[in-house]
Amino acid sequence: MQFEATVEVQLKAGIADPQGSTIENATLKLGFNGIENVRVGKSIRFAITADDEVKAKEIIQDLCDKFLTNPVIENATIHLQGVE
Amino acid sequence: MSPTIGVIVFPGSNCEQDALEAVTSLGAKSKLIWHDSFDLGSADAVIIPGGFAHGDYLRPGAIARFSPAMESVFAFARSGRPVLGICNGFQVLTEAGLLPGALQKNSGLKFLCKPVNLTVRTTNSVLTSQTVKGDGLRIPVNHFEGNYTCTEETLEELQDEDRILLTYEDNPNGSMGDIAGICNAERNVVGLMPHPERACHPLLGSTDGQPLLKSFIESSEL
Amino acid sequence: MNEPVHRTLGLTDDELEKIIEILGREPNHLELAMYSVMWSEHCSYKSSRVHLKRLPVEGEHVLVGPGENAGVIDVGDDIAIAIRIESHNHPSYIEPYQGAATGVGGIIRDIFTMGARPIAIMDPLRFGPIDDARSRWVAEGVVSGISGYGNSVGVPNIGGETVFDETYIGNPLVNVLCLGILPKDRLVLGQASGVGNLAVLLGSTTGRDGIGGVSVLASAGFGDEDEDTEKRPSVQVGDPFEEKRLIECCLELLDARLVVGIQDLGGAGLSCAASETASRGGVGMDFDVSAVPQREMGMEPFEIMTSESQERMLAIVSPDNLENVLAISKKWEIRSSVVGKVTEGGQLRILDGIDGPVLGEVPASSLHEDAPLYNRPMAPPDDLNARKEDKPEKYLLETNDFSGDLLNLIYSHEWITSQYDSQLFLNTVAGPGSNAAVLRLKHPVTGEDTGRGLAVTTDGNHRWCAVDPRRGSALTVAESMLNLACVGAEPRALVNCLNFGNPENPTVMWQLSEAIDGMSEACREFDLPVVGGNVSLYNESQGTNIDPTPIVGVIGVIDTLDAPPPGHKWSEGDRLIVIGPEPEGLSGSAWAFGKGYRKGILRELDYDLHKKICQVTRELVQKKLVTAVHDVSSGGVGVATAEMAIASGVGCSLARISSHEALFSESSSRVVLAVNPDELTNVEEILNAAEVPKARIGLAHGDRFTIKGLLDLELQSIQNKWENHLPIAFEGGTTQG
Repeated sequence: MQFEATVEVQLKAGIADPQGSTIENATLKLGFNGIENVRVGKSIRFAITADDEVKAKEIIQDLCDKFLTNPVIENATIHLQGVE
Repeated sequence: MSPTIGVIVFPGSNCEQDALEAVTSLGAKSKLIWHDSFDLGSADAVIIPGGFAHGDYLRPGAIARFSPAMESVFAFARSGRPVLGICNGFQVLTEAGLLPGALQKNSGLKFLCKPVNLTVRTTNSVLTSQTVKGDGLRIPVNHFEGNYTCTEETLEELQDEDRILLTYEDNPNGSMGDIAGICNAERNVVGLMPHPERACHPLLGSTDGQPLLKSFIESSEL
Repeated sequence: MNEPVHRTLGLTDDELEKIIEILGREPNHLELAMYSVMWSEHCSYKSSRVHLKRLPVEGEHVLVGPGENAGVIDVGDDIAIAIRIESHNHPSYIEPYQGAATGVGGIIRDIFTMGARPIAIMDPLRFGPIDDARSRWVAEGVVSGISGYGNSVGVPNIGGETVFDETYIGNPLVNVLCLGILPKDRLVLGQASGVGNLAVLLGSTTGRDGIGGVSVLASAGFGDEDEDTEKRPSVQVGDPFEEKRLIECCLELLDARLVVGIQDLGGAGLSCAASETASRGGVGMDFDVSAVPQREMGMEPFEIMTSESQERMLAIVSPDNLENVLAISKKWEIRSSVVGKVTEGGQLRILDGIDGPVLGEVPASSLHEDAPLYNRPMAPPDDLNARKEDKPEKYLLETNDFSGDLLNLIYSHEWITSQYDSQLFLNTVAGPGSNAAVLRLKHPVTGEDTGRGLAVTTDGNHRWCAVDPRRGSALTVAESMLNLACVGAEPRALVNCLNFGNPENPTVMWQLSEAIDGMSEACREFDLPVVGGNVSLYNESQGTNIDPTPIVGVIGVIDTLDAPPPGHKWSEGDRLIVIGPEPEGLSGSAWAFGKGYRKGILRELDYDLHKKICQVTRELVQKKLVTAVHDVSSGGVGVATAEMAIASGVGCSLARISSHEALFSESSSRVVLAVNPDELTNVEEILNAAEVPKARIGLAHGDRFTIKGLLDLELQSIQNKWENHLPIAFEGGTTQG
């Protein structure tokens, strides 16, 4: 089966995010009030073929642990969608 | 016999010739090792130079650590021989797990190229054995991702085990504990963000990089 | 309304007629597209060529002059230096990061196309006022684009200059100069030869990026919002990692002598590379569009032939060497495909499959050499005489704030230059902020230090050129000469980047012609050959043309480089001397423009005196008799001495500077020298022997910056302004709209 995968990589809670804080400060300067907890991450999208959804997730989790994230500072969230 | 320093070259490395020139000027032999090779040849010590291995795409060092040469560097390091990561090389070593922590974007969110003042924190490493504890060194930094980050426990461990080699006098990038360079528990794998090879010639404004690279060369003779 | 196709592509009716005459028939769309990009102003220099011919191009050390991908000069020890300057003004206004980044990428390819390893970049930049949020957005994007691409591709950025001025508010200038080094015998030219040889495309895939970029992006002004939005998709995106591998791959191919000729793909993409290599080699080429690796589905042949996708090169390879070429490409993970072959005759044929149907056929040289030449109407501004009378000095009675005026003129560029790797390759002896950049000269193959040095400076002064384009351009060249003298270098060659407004405006054409005349005159006087250049026209927004901004890059050689040049740092107790003529007038000065006085008259340069000043400055520097040296240019003696005090952390007491004119005049041929008292007699004897005017103006000491009767400032307050000006301005935020 083929799936569309989206991996969202975020800095772990507690790891300083200079980009996030800069954006947050800028929102205030630009007059947007009430915006907080800005965190910047990245989104990695790809297609994956696997036997089933569970298997696909397993492969992607492994990929994240070994390569797509740096576990010292980053977390990953995996989103999967089946393709007809 | 003067030792041979192997300098690993990844696609996108760009400080390899500089590292070569600096260690050669200090009396060592040197050679480039293409990342695609498992063979470190007769290298007595290994430098992973600065640059943008694989374009720093994904994260600095994230792709480079999987190169065949890095597999050999693992074994080389485990056998106790000296390994030095400069700038991008430091990033590769943290990604590879040979050194703890990670290098994040500078707190100023800008690339930063300028000379900085460093303080030697310990002489107990392959990089600092020829220096004097507490001495100041003026050496350039040149990075976007040099903001050393680790867990509180790791920081404590580094402090307790005297593994912080160099700190910034005036922290340029937000590094925890003002850390500019560290070593592993065995003290043979070292990484630092500043570029000692850029401070080895009187015409370049500083020769403070010499004692660091001399330490490294000397340690590879043992 | 339905415009004829040729007009929508930017070709005039006359130009279409000329194409029909060349082909003996109506061109098809593919051919028309190729002519439109090749005959654009950007590629053909059709408005400027008649004037450019007046520049002197020959000299003892010139190996390659204008017309190739880069100029090349001999610097001795069997070493040659390739040098080129280019503009990326229009793309950088639309998408500052990518515009500037691809500018860096493009010029680096021009340099290694000559067989040279790129060793340094310099960026002359011009932005709108720093207090304008959109100008800051452009500036921030441009600087990070240069930094992001240049640092990663691994070519140090060793200098350049940045100016903020209202004339650039709708049209920034992003110029870039690149130097490369090569063993003299490896020089290669971008030409095809040998019938049956193959054209191999190296590097990135070809996408729709930059389609029509040459004629649309690089040659049209801005203003209409909707049109801008339409233009956005054609912005090219740079990949420094691909470029880095491309450099290493191509230099390895050239080292192994596996290519006959090589050409980068820049403006006009494959149309340009194929036609130029064939035309220069006096041959033809069969070009197979279907063999070009494509990034997107369903690309039309005209899109493939005009795409400006970045990081691509076209190499001409003999069939025997093909296998080796492909193997080296593979090592560097560089895509390579045979896309054509060299043929007899001079026809460029575009084919669908190498034995497939012919989609278009034109004489290769007609794209490259037969572009129309325009001698466009020129006229000085109607109010020329009135402008000359309107001297800034007239307004002096209204102002006496010497301290405030001085502080307004000084700020550090470190916010910009610290974002660039300026030290890679361990050559940079004097980097950004110096009188001129100085590099160690090491042999490109053996790495052996020759003990000699290269010096490079870029200079441009829109203020002088707005007042008088002819004298202003000559003075710009003169300033470069003096900058090189301040680091002890002998000038060898000049490149120029001529940034002007809309050539269809007779005043702009007059400015361009005058500037070229002024530059020619100065280059002849200084015996300085022009080895390359770039003309950027249509720098206008909403009908307003920028002030004429010719930029020059001058390279020189230092015969003995055994210590860093003196620089700006003086020492406590140094005596300060100004050499050169008495200053005269404030026209064109930074002070005057800051006050809004943009007219007046420039003093004509005294060439003989200027040469003497350069010579004696060089002598004093070479003999290490001065502690510090600073030429007097933007901001006058006031700014020169303030910058020296800031660099040293030591103040000064100055006298004999008694007016705005004396403090801020930018009259040429003047240098501030700081001399240790022990050397004073010696230095003054040399100055006397050289018969140059000189005046002792004071003493370096203490922690105040004092000019008797005019101002008395704490050095710290000047330093604060210097350091904080740009960081504080950029903290004010940016906006895209």
